[in-house]
Amino acid sequence: MGSRAAYVYVAPFFIIFAAMGLYPFLYTAWVSLHKVSLAKPNAMSWVGFANYSHLWSNHFFLNALKNTFTIGVISTVPQLLIALGVAHMLNYTMRWRTFFRVALILPYATSVAAATLVFSQIYSQQYGLANWVTGLFGVHNIDWLNNKWASQTAISTIVTWRWVGYNALIYLAGMQAIPGDLYESAVIDGASRWQQFRFVTLPGLRPTILFTVIISTIGATQLFAEPLLYGSGKPNGGGLNQFQTLGLLMYQQGWANRNLGLAATTAWTIFLLIVVLVLVNVFVMRRITRESKG
Amino acid sequence: MFMARKQRQALVGAAVVAAVAIAGCSSSKGTSSPKASDTGTASSAATQASSPASPSVDNTPVTLTIGLFGTFGFKEAGLYDEYMKLHPNVTIKEDDVEQSADYWTALQTKLAAGSGVDDIQGIEIGFVADVVANHADQFVDFNKALGADAANVKSSFYDWKWQMASTSDGKTLGLGTDAGPEAMCYRPDLFKAAGLPSDRDTLAQDWSTWDGFIKLGQQYMSSPTKPKGSTFLDNPASIFSAAVYQGKEAYDTPDGKPDYKNSDGVKTAWSFASQAAADGISAGLAQFGPDWNKAFANGAFAAISCPAWMLGYITGQAGDAYKGKWDVAPLPGGAANWGGSWLGVPTASKHQAAAVALAEWLTAPAQQVKMFTSQAHFPSSKTAAEDPAVASATSDYFNGAPIGKIFGDSASKLQMTPIGPFDTQIQQAITNALGTIVTNKVKPDAAWNAAVAAADQAIGG
Repeated sequence: MGSRAAYVYVAPFFIIFAAMGLYPFLYTAWVSLHKVSLAKPNAMSWVGFANYSHLWSNHFFLNALKNTFTIGVISTVPQLLIALGVAHMLNYTMRWRTFFRVALILPYATSVAAATLVFSQIYSQQYGLANWVTGLFGVHNIDWLNNKWASQTAISTIVTWRWVGYNALIYLAGMQAIPGDLYESAVIDGASRWQQFRFVTLPGLRPTILFTVIISTIGATQLFAEPLLYGSGKPNGGGLNQFQTLGLLMYQQGWANRNLGLAATTAWTIFLLIVVLVLVNVFVMRRITRESKG
Repeated sequence: MFMARKQRQALVGAAVVAAVAIAGCSSSKGTSSPKASDTGTASSAATQASSPASPSVDNTPVTLTIGLFGTFGFKEAGLYDEYMKLHPNVTIKEDDVEQSADYWTALQTKLAAGSGVDDIQGIEIGFVADVVANHADQFVDFNKALGADAANVKSSFYDWKWQMASTSDGKTLGLGTDAGPEAMCYRPDLFKAAGLPSDRDTLAQDWSTWDGFIKLGQQYMSSPTKPKGSTFLDNPASIFSAAVYQGKEAYDTPDGKPDYKNSDGVKTAWSFASQAAADGISAGLAQFGPDWNKAFANGAFAAISCPAWMLGYITGQAGDAYKGKWDVAPLPGGAANWGGSWLGVPTASKHQAAAVALAEWLTAPAQQVKMFTSQAHFPSSKTAAEDPAVASATSDYFNGAPIGKIFGDSASKLQMTPIGPFDTQIQQAITNALGTIVTNKVKPDAAWNAAVAAADQAIGG
């Protein structure tokens, strides 16, 4: 009787999930096996795996895959490292601690559109703050929009800026769950602050770090709004597609080029990619933290 | 048209001077205010005479929804209020989406689902070909729905505007709102500083062809006295997207199939635009990007091809301080059009007749004149464009330029080029590639290959 009631209690979630999550998910897989135009979404013709094989030999897809990877790395790695450092500092007793903790989360609460708009101004080639700063160091007139690496770096800073605070708060919560007596005994053993961080904090944070790595990997693989808005709302990600991510490509295929079948294929490919990346993350993280423990 | 026809029928019934009344009413419908004939009330004669296709005339309260994108400006011009005053039984609700691309995506899915559409839907030039090719059965055919009015309404529009929303088998799915005849906007002060002629009549002659325009550009760039950091043109797209419509074909064959590789318009436009890009006459500022926006006021470029609606954009970006510093001259190479919209009535609308009447009224010449005087939207109605309020309009902001005449001339000389469902994507691919010639020093041939790859990807070839 009791267990039956439990099923009833959890049912609303699973019913909504089936309708809004599972059904679109499976339907997208079905669509990816067809040629479908947005102009006539009800007229589908079966093509089997042709969309998938087309995608893997497609210049635009491979380019977007590479971009997603590079932007993902140069945004996720600094983002998590900075977050870890910031959380470590905020974990000490200090003045204005609550203020800093609240301030941290503000970028996360900012809308992507507003943030990207501001960053576009900062990275304006002729009038931007970024070029003024690099100019002080003798590097002039970087084209933050049309140059491949410059544009990818610019987008990565937007992502990093928005997500550092979020990750830092999660790390902070994880750090506070580490028992204080571990630090006390470490101090007694003569451990420095760095050693405390290395041998107490890091192992204790293992599940938390794994969580943030997975979440930001998923986020990086789906990166969409920042490059879209950075390119003034165009889905091509710059004249040479220099910052077109998989998310943007999918949007362009489906909504600009009206090729829903191909867009669904890209969507599923992104999903499979995420699954693989998450498994790799889990594997690598296990090894790293096991080593740091021992 | 619903009201208009009803009124006319009332007239017929009451005055019994059928032929004269119809002729008189139709011709006066053009520029004169429709108010005069709208003061009458529906008589039994109207109900009797109403055609079987439309429901009988009544004053049952009806709420009409209009789905639009961006700024159509009907509300701002007070047209809804005016219409609701004329027709107390009608309530108009506007449903506006900022981005036209989002709007069209949503509308396509709604049309496919067969629900959720508004009684009137705005249709932009970017997707009118798609409507004609793929959704002809989902929109009311105005040739039928307008009944006896159809011929008159048709003749009040520019022929090309009417054709763009018509299928090959003679259905017309949209009534034109504004149009985007093109001209060249420029900064006389910068031209003067570089030793170029700066009055619009001389320029009109000197750049009657794109060759002449490019020559002036070279002269501008080599001038030692031109303002530092200033380029002649904003973006090679300024040449391309204007010149491409000056050929016989732009991106499609006459039956609407993409065929940009063999089009004379694309060939000429590419040769001029890529030359301008490679010669350094043109900056590579992404159109509608932040640096481009700022350039209207800081002189980063001295000329830009401008459809009529761009004047409002320039005014907004450059601000009051630049009043009188911009000017308008005719476009090199002949007439071209960029932009413009239509109003369509989906067959899924529950109030088709009332919606058709409202669409007809909103796009009628008298209202188009009002849209020009209050919102600076250039009419797609020939009758409205010839109205003195439009034809003799000048712009103080643009140095007193006779904008009514310049844009009116362009609109009346325009030849319809075939349009297709992928024009926006092809144009995007090509203008992107043109930009990379400037910004990334890509060789024109390589840029063309990149454009072809992107365009073919869009078409699905």
